[in-house]
Amino acid sequence: MTTLTFIKPDGEKTTVEATNGATVMEVAKENDMPMLAACGGSLACATCHVIVDEAWYEKSGEVCEAEEDLLDTAHGLTNTSRLCCQMKVSDDVDGMVMTLPPMG
Amino acid sequence: MSEVHTTDVAIIGAGPIGLFSVFQCGMLKMSCHVIDALPATGGQCTALYPEKPLFDIPAAPGINAVDLIERLEKQIEPFKPVIHLNQQVTELEKIDEHWYLSTSSGLKIQAKAVIIAAGTGAFGPNKPPLDSIEQFEGNSVHYMVQKREDFRGQRIVIAGGGDSAVDWALSLADVAAEVYVIHRRDRFRAIPESVAQMKALADEGKIELVIPYQLASLEGEGDKLKTVVVKTLDGDERRIEADHLLSFFGLATKLGPINDWGLDILNGVIKVEPSTCATNIEGIFAVGDIADYPHKLKLILSGFSEAAQAAHAAYLIVNPGQALNFEHSTTSGVPTL
Ligand SMILES: Cc1cc2nc3c(=O)[nH]c(=O)nc-3n(C[C@H](O)[C@H](O)[C@H](O)COP(=O)(O)OP(=O)(O)OC[C@H]3O[C@@H](n4cnc5c(N)ncnc54)[C@H](O)[C@@H]3O)c2cc1C
Ligand code: FES
Repeated sequence: MTTLTFIKPDGEKTTVEATNGATVMEVAKENDMPMLAACGGSLACATCHVIVDEAWYEKSGEVCEAEEDLLDTAHGLTNTSRLCCQMKVSDDVDGMVMTLPPMG
Repeated sequence: MSEVHTTDVAIIGAGPIGLFSVFQCGMLKMSCHVIDALPATGGQCTALYPEKPLFDIPAAPGINAVDLIERLEKQIEPFKPVIHLNQQVTELEKIDEHWYLSTSSGLKIQAKAVIIAAGTGAFGPNKPPLDSIEQFEGNSVHYMVQKREDFRGQRIVIAGGGDSAVDWALSLADVAAEVYVIHRRDRFRAIPESVAQMKALADEGKIELVIPYQLASLEGEGDKLKTVVVKTLDGDERRIEADHLLSFFGLATKLGPINDWGLDILNGVIKVEPSTCATNIEGIFAVGDIADYPHKLKLILSGFSEAAQAAHAAYLIVNPGQALNFEHSTTSGVPTL
């Protein structure tokens, strides 16, 4: 079983189990993480912004141009910012740690 | 006191599901007022993907989002809904047997029942989360520009990397004293010719592209901006003296006041009883993207069905003690109000 760790804006850490093939956004929503994901994963809102722990960024997958474009409208970007509706759960990201920015 | 509109049902949100709620209420002879923060109806369909085709609307395969909204408007026309645009519902309170809604433009609506079809919240500018930004709004911070002349001789910082940022950089280059464009990377999401023109102006020294920087903070006195502080991802800071900030990060939604009405809300969605779309507060229903129950699918299809469930349940509140005769539309036709 793959696990993912979310660090909420207040610093609380939650480790959850995730099914391979799901998107990280789906996993976050299923586990009631404080994340809007307003557009439901259709790459139209940037409210599923997460900051991937540096050690995991490379493994988090390719960032397509449409995701880069939408990241332009997210705030508080870092070098390891991703839109997590574009990240798939797989064995490669087992143990990945991500910080959730404040919901705004 | 301003005039109070009275109606059977007040619908918050004129997205596809708010519009179809008018239809379902209308078929049960209930009148509706609809309020939306956007200047047009259609919610996400209009604001986020007007030209995209939808393939999962029953019997309308491949329909463009704007066309879907146009058809919904046509479908509800016979019920003469009153649609109030460009304003957010900011207050909702119950006095005796009636609900009173107030909007950001001072409008008041009295209703017997309320249907919340607010999607992911009211659309508005996607504001950078800078501590003091609201202090400068109205004078030095702008999310849209009406008159270019307002900026003659002024020092302008434009933040963003899309069409609005590029177009205003081009337009203001001639009238403003200084124009800075802050963007986090070299690529702009705008018409290539415009981007090329902007880069040419930068080469000529008429404007300055401040790349790769993001807004970090704003400084000034009262509502007068003095300095825009920007940072790179590596923490390099630059301070730009400026009179105005034009912030162009597109639209975002905010649930805002809906959070304060005592509804059972978690992470932006309202818990409802799926068979009626009733919320935890009697007389308030929630439908569409904002309504949540186990295994909810955030689809227009589901929202349409929720609108029917909510209208039937609202009927009993709008018309207490009256029987609700279930009729197919083929039997009833389209009643006039
Ligand atoms: C890119 C993209 C593609 C999509 N593709 C599909 C698809 O193929 N099929 C499908 O079924 N669905 C699709 N969807 C989802 C679909 O658009 C939504 O499910 C649908 O728009 C929800 O409708 P709604 O009326 O509940 O809310 P919305 O469309 O979000 O409308 C809510 C409205 O309420 C207003 N509002 C909120 N709060 C207030 C307030 N306090 N005062 C005043 N106004 C307020 C908002 O301004 C907004 O206009 C897609 C979404 C996106 C972003
Ligand atoms: S959920 Fe909207 S972009 Fe990811």
